[in-house]
Formats: sequence, C-alpha cells, structure tokens
Amino acid sequence: MLAVCGLQSLEELYRQLPPDVLLDRPLAIEPGKSEYEIVEYFRARGAENANGYPSFLGGGVYYHYRPVVVDTVVSRGEFLTSYTPYQPEIAQGTLTTIFEFQTMICQLTGMDAANASMYDGSSAVPEAAMMAVRITGRNKTLVAQNVHPEYRQVLRTYAMHQGMPIEEFAFDQAAGAADLEDLERRLDADTAAVIIQTPNFFGVIENVKAAAELAHKQGALLIVVFTEAVSLGLLEPPRDADIVAGELQSFAIPPSYGGPFAGILATREKYLRQLPGRLVGETKDSEGRRAFCLTLSTREQHIRREKATSNICTNQALIALMATVFLSLYGKRGLRELAEQNLAKAHYLAKDMKRRFSGPFFNEFVVQCNGRTPEAVNEALLQRKIIGGLPLGRWYPSLADCMLLCATEMSRREHMNTVREVLQNVPEAAHVR
Amino acid sequence: MIRKVSRHITQNEPLLFESSSPGKKGYQLPDLDVPAVDPAEALGAENVRGEIEDFPEVSEVEVVRHFTRLSTWNYGIDLGLFPLGSCTMKYNPRVNEAVARTEGLLWAHPYQPEALSQGAMEIIARLEAALAEITGMDAVTLQPAAGAHGEMTGIMLIRAYHESKGNPRKKILIPDSAHGTNPATATMVGYTVQNIKSNDRGMVDVESLASIVDEDVAGLMVTNPNTVGVFEGDIVRIAGILHEKGAQVYMDGANMNALVGITRPGDFGIDVMHLNLHKTFSTPHGGGGPGAGPVAVKSHLEPFLPIPRLRSENDQWRWDYDRPQTIGRVRAFYGNFGVLVRALAYIMAHGGEGLRNATLDALLNANYIRKLLEPYYQIAYQAPSMHECVFSDDRQAKRGVRTGDIAKRLIDYGFHPYTVSFPLIVRGAMMIEPTETESKAELDLFVDALISIAKEVEENPELVLKAPHSTRISRVDEVTAARKPILRWKPAPKASQAAD
Amino acid sequence: MYPENYRYTKEHEWVLVEGDRGTIGITFHAQKELGDIVYVDLPKVGTVVEQGKALGSVESVKAVSDIYAPVSGEILEVNTALADAPEKLNEDPHGEAWLVKIRLSHPDEVKDLLSAADYQSYVGS
Repeated sequence: MLAVCGLQSLEELYRQLPPDVLLDRPLAIEPGKSEYEIVEYFRARGAENANGYPSFLGGGVYYHYRPVVVDTVVSRGEFLTSYTPYQPEIAQGTLTTIFEFQTMICQLTGMDAANASMYDGSSAVPEAAMMAVRITGRNKTLVAQNVHPEYRQVLRTYAMHQGMPIEEFAFDQAAGAADLEDLERRLDADTAAVIIQTPNFFGVIENVKAAAELAHKQGALLIVVFTEAVSLGLLEPPRDADIVAGELQSFAIPPSYGGPFAGILATREKYLRQLPGRLVGETKDSEGRRAFCLTLSTREQHIRREKATSNICTNQALIALMATVFLSLYGKRGLRELAEQNLAKAHYLAKDMKRRFSGPFFNEFVVQCNGRTPEAVNEALLQRKIIGGLPLGRWYPSLADCMLLCATEMSRREHMNTVREVLQNVPEAAHVR
Repeated sequence: MIRKVSRHITQNEPLLFESSSPGKKGYQLPDLDVPAVDPAEALGAENVRGEIEDFPEVSEVEVVRHFTRLSTWNYGIDLGLFPLGSCTMKYNPRVNEAVARTEGLLWAHPYQPEALSQGAMEIIARLEAALAEITGMDAVTLQPAAGAHGEMTGIMLIRAYHESKGNPRKKILIPDSAHGTNPATATMVGYTVQNIKSNDRGMVDVESLASIVDEDVAGLMVTNPNTVGVFEGDIVRIAGILHEKGAQVYMDGANMNALVGITRPGDFGIDVMHLNLHKTFSTPHGGGGPGAGPVAVKSHLEPFLPIPRLRSENDQWRWDYDRPQTIGRVRAFYGNFGVLVRALAYIMAHGGEGLRNATLDALLNANYIRKLLEPYYQIAYQAPSMHECVFSDDRQAKRGVRTGDIAKRLIDYGFHPYTVSFPLIVRGAMMIEPTETESKAELDLFVDALISIAKEVEENPELVLKAPHSTRISRVDEVTAARKPILRWKPAPKASQAAD
Repeated sequence: MYPENYRYTKEHEWVLVEGDRGTIGITFHAQKELGDIVYVDLPKVGTVVEQGKALGSVESVKAVSDIYAPVSGEILEVNTALADAPEKLNEDPHGEAWLVKIRLSHPDEVKDLLSAADYQSYVGS
C-alpha cells in the first residue's frame, strides 16, 4: 500500500506537518492490554462501587428492572454500529424504530409531535425554554424551585448568554407542589415560559391544568418536565402543556453512574417548526411503498448554521431504542401494572413515616429524619448494606433534616421494613462512627 | 461487476401498532409483596389516566422478531466499510460493550455515596488523564454529552475567560469549511459569527486572518485537520495571531483520528478543544447516539470548567462543587459515563504505541484510496491528505450525475455512501474517510466499486441516476415528507366513521 | 417570462406596485434554484418591514432562503394558502403564489429596483 502511495515509510504520511509540532516521544500511556486484562480492570472497578446493595435513591435516576430482550435488541450490530440515518434506503431499521418511538412518546404525553430524542432530560429543559422564547418573542422563563436542582443549573448555564433571564418561583411549604400564587405574581408580559415538573423533585404531583391556565392567561407557554417516566403509565398526561421535556432513564436505561440517558421533547402541532433535534417522518419511495426519512431538517444546524433552532446534531438513537423495546414489551397493560406496583411500594414504604409534604406522590417522597441528620440515617442503613435516601440539604438548606426516598418495583418488602425501622430508631451517635 | 454483495430476502414487517392485538404481553412482573394501592384514592381520580390509546400489545417473540427484522434493513460497520468523511466510522470493539455492562458500573447510581463510587470515579480520573496526555492539554471535563455539547462548553469557557478579564468580546471567527455546528454554537453563547474564507489550498488564509483579528474577536474555531482533510500547516502562526490580540483558539476535534500520537493540539497553540469519543475512541454511533464530547483546556481556562470536578483527598476521590468561577453545569450528573467506560477500554487496549499505529493506518488507508481514485475522480485540493480525502463530482457532473447519485449507486455495491455535499466549499463534494480498521481487501473492493461506477457514468448514466436498485425501498419522496409531515402513527379511520 | 409591470430585486423578489399598495413574491428564477419548496414562513399582518431586510423565508428540503423586502412598509395581507400548498410557489410564483401585500411607506424606493428586462439579463435567460 505504501508503494501505491509512492511512499517509503509510514512516517512520510505526515510529511506535510511542520517538524516543530511533531510529538518527539511516545504517548505516556501504558502499553496495550489484552481483552482479559481489560475485563479484569473494569470488574475490579465495579467491585469498588456499591455493588448489589438495595438502594432507595431516586432524584432523577431510578432503579427499574431491565428486561433481557432490551439488550438482545440493542446489541445487534445493525443497530449498534449504524450511523445517523441520512441514507434512508439502508437505514429503514433505525428510521422505523424512531418513528415508533416518536409515536409512543406522543401517546404517553398527550402531545402531537415528539422529536427523535435529546441528550437527556436536563438538557431538554433549556432547549424547551429556548423554543418558548422563539415562539412567544418574549425572554423571561419562570421555573419552580421544586424542579430538579441540577436541571435548573443546566437551564441557567444554557440561558446565560442568550438574553434569557431565568427566575425561580417558590413551592408550597406544606404541600410540596409549585406555589401557584407566587407564580401568578411573577408572571408578566415578558414571560415566555413557565416550567414545572411532575412528579416534582419532591415526588409530589403537580396541578398541570391550573399552572397552564395561569401561564396561558399571560400569553406564556407551559413547559412540563418529568424525570420518572414510569409515572406516565398511571398519571394523567400533561395535555395542557405546550411543551413536554423529560427523561426516559426509567424505561430500561441503566443508571450507569448518570448516563448515557435519553431526553424527550414533545409539543403541539402548531409549534412543530420550532422543535429542535432530529425528526423522522413517513413518506413513500418512488414506487409508492411506505418509507421513513429524516425530515424538516432545515431547522437544524447543518443547514441553517448560525440561525438554527439549536446546535444539537445528535439524538440518543440507541438509548431511545432501549426505551422503545421496553415499551413494546410492557405495552398498554404492563406499563400500567408496573406503575401501580411502584405506587404500592412507595406507599408501603411511606406508611407511618413523617412525610415533609402533604401533596399526593407517586414513587418518591420527602421524609423528615426525626431530629437526626439524613447522613446519620444513611450511615445506619449502610451498616445494614442498604443505600438510603438522598439528603436534600445540598440544594435546600431549609430541608437539611430531610431526605428523598424512592421505592420501585425492585424494592423488596424486607428492605423497606429495615428502612422504616432505622428511620424510626436511629441512635443519635450513629453518624459519629 | 458487484463483488461484495448478492441479493437475499429480507422480511417485511408492519409497525408494532399495526401488529398489536388486545391482551398480548411480553412481560411478567413479580407478585406484589405489599398491599396494592388504589390509584384514584392515593393520587386523586383527576390525576389518574385512562388507558393509553393505541399503545402496542405484543408478545415477547413478536418483539424480538419485530426488531430483528427491522435491524436487517440497516447497514452498519459490522457489515463493512462505512466511509463517511468526518464521522470516523471505525470498528467498535465488543469488549467495550462487555465492560460497560459490568454489574457495579451499570447499576451505579450517580447519587450513591462517594465512598461507594470510587471505582466509577477512578475510571473518570484515568480517562481524563489519558485524554489530557493525548491532546497535550492540562485539564479535561467529561461532562458534555456530544460534540456539539462540547463545543458549547468550550465557547462558554472562552467567554468566561474574557469576562474574567473584564470584556466578553463580540465575535467568533469561523472558516467557511467548518461544520454547521460551529456557527450555531457561537450564536448560542451570545457571539456573532464572522466567516473567514479558505484559500485555494482549502486552508485558512493567514494574511486575511491577520487583517481582521482585533480586540473584538473572542476566538477562532478551527478544525484541524480541516474538513477537506488537510492539516493547517500555519496553525502555529494562526494561534500566534489570535493570542497576540488576547483571543483564544478553539479546535473542533472531529478529525482527531488523524493526529493521535503524532502531534498534540496543546503543542501547536490550541487553548481549548473537544473530542468526539464516538469518533476517535471507537464508541458505537448506535444509529445517531449516544456519544460524548469531552473538552480539554489549557490551565488558564481550568477554573471555568463545569462543576463538579474530581479531586483527590486522602487517597479518595471526591466531587468538588466549590468552584467560584465555573460556568455551571452543562448537563445533570457527570457525563455519559457508559460511553466513557468504552473509550477508556479502547485506550487501554491500544496503549500509547497502538494509538499511534492506529493513526498511521488511518492515514495510509485514506491516501491509498486517494491514489487509486485520482485517475477517475477530481480531487478537490492538491494538498496532501491526512485521514480522509475529498473529491468533487466535476467530471461526472458533465454527464448529469452528481455526488448524491454516485453515493446511492455505492449502496448497490454493498457499501454505505461517503459524506455527500460536505464541506460546502467543495462543489459536489465526495468526502471519504475509511479509518484504520479496514483491511486492504475491503479497501480494494470499495475502490473497484467507485471505479466501476465512474465507468457506468460514462456508459449508462441512467443506471446511476436511478440507483439504488437492490434495496428494499428506492429513493424516497423527501419533498412530500417535508410538505405534509407525518411524524407519528395514527390508526386508520374506522370503516363506520368513514361511512358517516 | 417576467411580467413587464413588476419590479425586481437582485435577491430575486418581485413587487407589483398599485398606488401605495404593493404585492410581493419571489421570482421564477428563485423557485427554480430552490427546487421543490416545502415551507414558507411569512410575517404577521401589521408587521413593519424595511427595504432590504428579511421579511420571511422559503425552504426546500435541504435549503433555506431569506426573502428580503423589495420595498419598506406595513404588511396588510399574507397569502395564507401557501401554508398548506407551498408547491404553488413552484407552479405559479408570479401569480397565485404571491407572498404578502404591503402598504408602501417610501414609494420612491421602487426606483432602485430592476425592470423586467434588467432582471432577465441579470439572471441570464
């Protein structure tokens, strides 16, 4: 091959590089390892993590069972090693699954159109806010303080240089839901969007309809966020929202220390042209057969460049496929049954506990630790090889004595009993250890 | 003659919604070990939804067959060469998939105690260090989820840096050969975009650059090698021009596969860059994601990196949130960890020497293809190619055949097309990037296919214009798709309603 | 090809002026260069536009083109039929597929525009 290229040595392949930029030493990276050594390295790292502990953590990442068939499907090389389906003749597999995905997201959320997925839930939120700013021609976004704190941080980062002021509004200290009176006070003629999350970060279900009425009265759009997608199997979908932005991790996507996940953005028909990200549409081939292709791509960066709706150019196709397979397996009845199990488990866990908020909850709730610190409770649980709840003081100083507990279909009764027991009787000194 | 493929039967398959029938299911939940709860009672009847209309109901075997049949309608690297220029479609080693599913990593919750996350944190630390060494930069954040996300992070770092000096500045310079994400990103970070023209060798014109750089310029976004596959030989001078006026140089790392182990951006004047782990470091594209877009910076930009940052304290890894100058978060948690695991496995398998060899093979493969195709297709620029080569359809266009047609005809020969019509500065661009993982035999088949198509263009252009001929579907009607968008399935109207 | 009573821009718009009213569209040449038009984005009635500034855009499958106002004024009417039938822009760009009607604020701007003959020679025949 070198001879064909008219070269004597491999080094001549980069003869056009100025000599002073060449690396004059080997990279300081250990010599290549065998497959066995690599597997062993990662196995050892995995063992350093909390492996096999029952856990009651939620807060945006949930433990749900992953049916075996999900990995069977996503491991197929034709899905795993294919590219963005720019050549529809040889990408109908990916295109068809995305079309099915978009359909299922519409069915679940009550929206008219959904894109092919976003990086994750947290980045879908600012994309939704940017969309509302384009639609309304206004600038300000109001976000409830009980929206996931890290999602709000991401929103602020994105908005920082786009002339999009972000203002937070309070939550109701008793119910834990968004404080709609505070919202009403802050809504004005410059408000582009109101953002609420349901179930919110405290697990409490929001009154979407009432929030929508307030927002719409002022000509603003309502963005509804979700982090626990399984709740869509049981809760009334946010039909009154204008944009839905959410995280699908609960649909067979492994927690994997926080990613990769898949976010969604869905909206009403009339706002379709402002939706960022990839979209798959149905059409016909030259012989009239049904076919699918990427469509409305003039919204995207590779055509509109600095005028694009967003700079996003990937979706999370393989992760969205996990969710699609999961939803196909569970289907109409299964998703409902799964959600009902989550509801039952969480309500069993919460029984007799001192819940901080009175609002209705799905599979997460905030509990007060009876004068002890959440860290002390978690320490006591860890001694029993259980990972407890998420302490909330980091984001909410007024909730420093509270933790967020989550139960799913994977939570077992005996472990829940232990949590209940420890929460009632944590010795004061447990955290001193 | 078509040597790589023969026709064979593929299965037809309706949409899941169309093959659904009431009562079928593909799951089994364990019996509930706690008392059932009445949803209406617990949540309020107004909060409980009715049945999810038209949601699928299918059995497990139907699910497996459905997706398996659909999968056979795709082309992937596992089937052969995937020469998409600037996308670096290399083989995705399967050990990476296996280790990403290691139990203690797959099920690690991002909020589990740090003391019980040390394994995950160690992986992140090790990958950060390896990427810093490969790029010659001082610090790396693994938080961005994709290349464009990394770009946004990088340009925000530049802005934060300038703001810390009292003036965010106004504009970002971008060569006309750049990816569309570059201008879209600069706009998102509140900068205006000034395009700079490439010279007749496809490179940044240093003289005209020097004449426009002033104190209003926040930075330059440069792709190196650039999108025509040519190394910006004047990169050190270019960086000098920017630095002299206090501006920063951002490198789009999309083409890093041409540089690993040979040269380092940190050594040729780059201040900040992103990497695409799904390109250079072999993590699978999965039909369009997930990827990861780590950002590497020189030390003067380090204080602005997204939170949290890893810190070592008494031999334990900790997450540090107390970083007053940070730009904030660009996503929740710590990044696409599962993708990071795969990339580290790739780096470990290669080692320093192996990474350099991979680069040399990538350069060799691209130059081999260029040499063999030059008699048949017009090379866009005479400058030597790095890891990809860009032709134009000039000669074929005379017969009415354009780059998109040749691409479609390649499908009949059993290959995925090259990148069509990009970069925009080349009329009728055909951008070919074979990567290092292709054998000579596969490259020869590909070259033969393109030579054969060049002959077809001369002898029977219709054959190329109507391609592909052997796929399940022929060319699709993208116009109708865009004029009357159908973005979701809906049930056919029932016969009785239709009669009303 | 190009109606004598219209005036044209080098950005390929036309305007038909009648008193202080103008009807604006894109030229045959513009639609041909774009190919199959799939979407038209037009301003709201009441919007004030300035000569040479974008008043909307037309899209084909893989390209977007801004439409620049040939004259300044206030939008009186938009051709809503194009929303459902953008293909009309390919079929009858100088007639049925007009884009907007405008009240001219500076009628003397028309003088800057090209005649049919000048436009014809500008785009070549």
